Amino acid sequence: MRGSVSLRDRLNTTVRDIPRSGIRDFFDIVSTMRDVISLGIGEPDFDTPWHVRESTVFALERGATHYTSNYGYLELRRALANYVRKNFGAEYNPENEVLVTVGVSEALDLALRALLNPGDEVLYHEPCYVSYRATILFAQGIPLAVETKAENGFRLTRAMLEAKATPKTKVLMLNFPNNPTGAVMSRSDLEDIAAFARERDLIVITDEIYGELTYDSPHTSIASLPGMAERTIFLHGFSKAWAMTGFRLGYACGPAELVEAMMKIHQYTMLCASSLSQKAAIEALTRPEFDVTAMVDEYRRRRNFLVASFAEMGLESHRPLGAFYAFPSVAKFGIPARDFALKFLEQEKVAVVPGTAFGECGEGFVRCAYATSLDNIREAMARLQRFIGRL
Amino acid sequence: MDELLKILQNNALQSREDIARMLGVASAEVNERIKDYEQRGVIRGYQAILNEDQLDLDKVTAVIEVKVTPQREGGFDVIANRVSRFPEVRSAYLMSGGYDLLLFVEGRSLREVASFVSEKLSPLEGILSTSTHFMLKTYKRFGVLMHQENTDERLSITP
Ligand SMILES: Cc1ncc(COP(=O)(O)O)c(C=O)c1O
Repeated sequence: MRGSVSLRDRLNTTVRDIPRSGIRDFFDIVSTMRDVISLGIGEPDFDTPWHVRESTVFALERGATHYTSNYGYLELRRALANYVRKNFGAEYNPENEVLVTVGVSEALDLALRALLNPGDEVLYHEPCYVSYRATILFAQGIPLAVETKAENGFRLTRAMLEAKATPKTKVLMLNFPNNPTGAVMSRSDLEDIAAFARERDLIVITDEIYGELTYDSPHTSIASLPGMAERTIFLHGFSKAWAMTGFRLGYACGPAELVEAMMKIHQYTMLCASSLSQKAAIEALTRPEFDVTAMVDEYRRRRNFLVASFAEMGLESHRPLGAFYAFPSVAKFGIPARDFALKFLEQEKVAVVPGTAFGECGEGFVRCAYATSLDNIREAMARLQRFIGRL
Repeated sequence: MDELLKILQNNALQSREDIARMLGVASAEVNERIKDYEQRGVIRGYQAILNEDQLDLDKVTAVIEVKVTPQREGGFDVIANRVSRFPEVRSAYLMSGGYDLLLFVEGRSLREVASFVSEKLSPLEGILSTSTHFMLKTYKRFGVLMHQENTDERLSITP
């Protein structure tokens, strides 16, 4: 507080009452320590592919430094529509069904704001990405968390949704491959969910930012299932598969009416995504396969390494099938996940994120991101084994 | 290519146990498969990737383009195998385009390499001409940058 004015009372109550992200909380602790091996980083350790970086410099030199169309460069939207058709099996018209955004983060916010009236309910599954609940609340929606379970591979089932849905439920949010669990959904898993969404006339927002990163079987997008494209907003971006987090570039694809509504908010609040990042994205899409495949192979090796290490030290973990996260259970040690993570950090200087940062049902789990070198992972696992031996 | 080979090509010093973890197989199986690759000659050796510029070695490397007349029997192989046997020749490739063989030749001095070219290489039967280029500095070898700063700018915890 500065002087006598109490600003806290002036704040929007939703904003005031939302706690800070549990990630942020943990970051503040970790960042006071030196020489920490971090399994807490939710972004690729690979460099942005050199051809992308190099072409960004070129774009800067050529003067791609102006506002772009609100939707984004048409050339980029064309390339995106192409990419989504080829890799996710859904068709979109680049003229009016694709919107380029400032990361998937903005796209999520736009989608929810474009859809929700105060009091509309949004179904989403926990543990989940840290921003979902807050973004729903900011959009004046009512979050309905559906708990997914380790014994189920953290997959979502129709029965779980049925138990929570009410007549006021309007939107279903999905995120597979999942942050923080690494869970994926098979085609038949998704068909059940899709049938539910059609019967209840729900709009689906599907965050498939990790869609390229699956290790045992190819990814299926719910947007590609029959009768779904017309009720689905598909979100994807460049942060994960191309290691372009700092470029802040994502996009939404969906029926023209929905995309236009999102564009309206984007137009008034953001104008457009960064022109340079858009140029970089065009380059990324011109030869994506090689870079992405090599990264996927490396992530798979690390995933296998973690799974084998957990098994060797008797730590229970479902098999993570996508993204770059493992989510082992630490419940058997009888202390809260946050205490586990704090002690582990203090005693062994390894950072993992307590599962509670991703929803209350994350209690008993920690997220281990394997977006770090195998040397780091090997050392972290040796320390983990030593640590739990003492617990 | 087999995952196992990719892993070895990346880092051959990785322990067999770690490789087994990465592949999700038993380490006995890894041992066996490696032995098999070695016996079949797919794996022909293991070497360190050095940044020789840091070592102040008495050594020069030349890249030599060689034009040859293919033999009636055996084509380019006869001459290429012959040239490859010289210990000075570190690598040898058959090329498409303006010349036929590309050689990487090492010696202690420019003079030594020059005398190899003029006294050993050029006089061989079938060698039509050579063009020698000396290497000045190495930026990248075998996919590894020689001057990479460690620049992980990521925050220690991110969502
Ligand atoms: C599931 C999920 N959605 C969205 C994001 C944010 O992505 P972007 O960088 O595109 O805003 C992340 C980043 O960690 C994520 O894990």
